[in-house]
Amino acid sequence: MRCSDILVVIVAIGLGLASVHVRGELTIEVTKGMDNAVRVAVVPFEWRGVGSPEEDVSGIVTSDLRLSGRFDTLPRSQMLSLPSEAQDVLYRDWRLLRVEYLVIGYLQTLADGRVKLHYELFNVLEQSRILAEAITGGPDELRDMGHHVSDVVFEKLTGIEGAFSTRIMYVTASGPFGEKVYRLNTADADGHRVRTILVSREPIVSPTWAPDGNRVAYVSFEDDSRPSIYIQDIAAGTRQVLQRFSGLNGAPAFSPDGRQLALVLSKSGSPDIWIYHLETHRLRQVTRHYGIDTEPSWSADGKSIVFTSDRGGKPQIYTIRLSDLFIERLTFEGDYNARAKVLADGSGIVMVHQRDDVYHIGLLDLRRGRMTILTETSLDESPSIAPNGSMLIYATQKDEQGILAAVSIDGGVKFNLPSSSGDVREPSWSPKKYKVFVSVPD
Amino acid sequence: MGISTMRGLLMAGCLALFLAGCASNEPEEAAPEMSPADEAPELVPEPMPPKAPPKAMVNADGKLVLPKGSPHADGNAMMDEVLQGVFYFDFDQAIVKRTGHAELNKHAKVLGDDRMLRVRLEGHADERGTREYNLALGERRANAIRAYLVAQGVAASRIEVISYGEEKPASPGHNESAWAMNRRVEIVYR
Repeated sequence: MRCSDILVVIVAIGLGLASVHVRGELTIEVTKGMDNAVRVAVVPFEWRGVGSPEEDVSGIVTSDLRLSGRFDTLPRSQMLSLPSEAQDVLYRDWRLLRVEYLVIGYLQTLADGRVKLHYELFNVLEQSRILAEAITGGPDELRDMGHHVSDVVFEKLTGIEGAFSTRIMYVTASGPFGEKVYRLNTADADGHRVRTILVSREPIVSPTWAPDGNRVAYVSFEDDSRPSIYIQDIAAGTRQVLQRFSGLNGAPAFSPDGRQLALVLSKSGSPDIWIYHLETHRLRQVTRHYGIDTEPSWSADGKSIVFTSDRGGKPQIYTIRLSDLFIERLTFEGDYNARAKVLADGSGIVMVHQRDDVYHIGLLDLRRGRMTILTETSLDESPSIAPNGSMLIYATQKDEQGILAAVSIDGGVKFNLPSSSGDVREPSWSPKKYKVFVSVPD
Repeated sequence: MGISTMRGLLMAGCLALFLAGCASNEPEEAAPEMSPADEAPELVPEPMPPKAPPKAMVNADGKLVLPKGSPHADGNAMMDEVLQGVFYFDFDQAIVKRTGHAELNKHAKVLGDDRMLRVRLEGHADERGTREYNLALGERRANAIRAYLVAQGVAASRIEVISYGEEKPASPGHNESAWAMNRRVEIVYR
C-alpha cells in the first residue's frame, strides 16, 4: 500500500475561528488541601502608576497560592502593616500572625507605558529575603505577571515548578437535551480568560495540545455528522482537516517533537493506532489487531506509545515500542483500564480505572507495579497531566453535571472547577507556559 | 435527517404520481373517437395491470414505514407499521441479541426488495468508561448489526456505519435504565 499520498491535508480553511471572550468562567473550589499547608501572606502590591491598575495582581497571586491547596493565605483584613519594599518589613508583625513566608511588591508605570513589577519573598522565621525580581510587561499583561509571580514563589517554596502560567482546554455542552451546542474553550489554569475556539452543533471530543502550545488537535463531528480530525492554530484562527477515512478518525496525540500525530483509524476493519507525519504526510500503521486499539499517548522520549486495547478481552493498557513494534501489557488490575497518560519522567501512568463498578483515575507506579486510586468521585475520565507533572486534571460528574476536577499526583490536593454553563468535559492541560517573563535589572 | 426527509417525500410523491396516472388514463380510454360509419366497437376492457403492493417509505426520522398491505408488514395490520430499528446491547458487548433477530430480518427483507434504500447504522455506548473507547465500542456494535444484515443478503455497500460513542445518548440519565437505553444501534434510512 502506498502511504505517501493517502493522507492529504486540506490547508487552512478560514472559518472565522477568531477567539472570543465568553462568560461562564470556571471557578476553583478546593475540596482537599494539604494538612500542613504553609502560611503565607501576599501584601497588596503598591500601585505607583497612572490611574488604577486593571488587575489586582497580588490578589491573583494570593488566589493562585491558596487554590494550589498547599498554602494557607492570610486575609488582607488581618494584616498589621502593608509594606511594599524590604526596608518597610517588620518581621514581628508577621510572626505575630504566624506567617511563615511573606510576598510584597509594587507596580510602576514606565515612560513607554509598560508596567514594571518588583516583588520580594521573605522567610519570616529566619528574617531573610530569599527572592527578589523585577519584570516588565504590557498594561494588558498584568494577569500574566501575577501568574508568573505565583510560579516563581511556588517553585521556591515547594521545589515544584509552578503551573499557574499554563492553560487548559476543554469542551462544554450546553442547551436542552438533544439540542446541545458544543464549544471548545481554552482558559487560564485558574479558570479565567475563557476563549471559545470552536462552536458546533455536533460533538467535539479528544482535544489535545501540540507541544508548542500554539496548535491543538481535536475530533469534530461537524462535517455531515461524521468524525474528522482537525488541527487548529489557536492564535491565527486557521485550521486544517486531515483526510477522513471511513470509520473511526479519532484520538489524536502529537509526538513530543510536534512533527507526528498518533491517531486511531478503523479503515482496516478494526480500530488501530496509526502515525501520521505532519510534514511528509506519510501514514504508518502501528498496531494490527482485530480488537479495539485506541487512545494513544506518547512517552516523553517519543520512542513508544501507550494505548488502550481489549485484545485480552477487556480494555487494558499496553505499550508499543516504535522501533520494532514490540508490545507489552502494563495493567493487570481490574477489568477496565483506559486512556492512559505517561508521566513525564516515565515512572508511571495515570488512567481511567474501574473498581467496584465505579470509574476513578488511577496511578500505576511502573517501577513498583502498584496501582493507587487518586480520585474518589465516579464516572471520572480524560486525565491530563500538568506540565510540572505534579497535578492532573480530569472530567467527572457532580450533581448530574459534568465538571472538571484536579488532583495532585500524590493525592494530597484536590479541587473542582465547576462552570455555570452546562456540562464541561475533555480537559487537556497545555504542555508549557504560554508567556514567560525575563528578569530585568531593578 | 434532511436528506432522508426529502427522499421520503420524493418517494411518496412518485407513488402519488403513479396513482394519479392510473386514474387519469381511464376516462380517455372510455371516450374513444367514434366514427359515424362504423358500429360502435365493443369495448373490451384491457386487463388491469396487477396492482403493485405499496412500497416501504422512509419517514422524517429516517425510520422505515411499511404501509398497510405491504408484504413485509404484519399480516392483517390495519395501520402503517413503523419499523423501530433500535437494537440494544449489554455492557461492553457487541453481540446482536436474539430478541432483535425478527425485526432485523424484516429490515433485511425490505432492503432486499427495494434496491434504492440505503441505511446508516449509528452505534452508541453508555457514558461509562472513556469517550474514545466508547466510540470504538459503538462502531463494533454497528458492525455487528451490519454483519447480521449482510448475512441476510444485504449488500455491504448499501450500509454505512458510524459511531457516536457516548456523545448522543437516547436517555439523559446517569443510571442503569438510562445506560441500557443508550447502548444501542439505530438503523437510519437515507
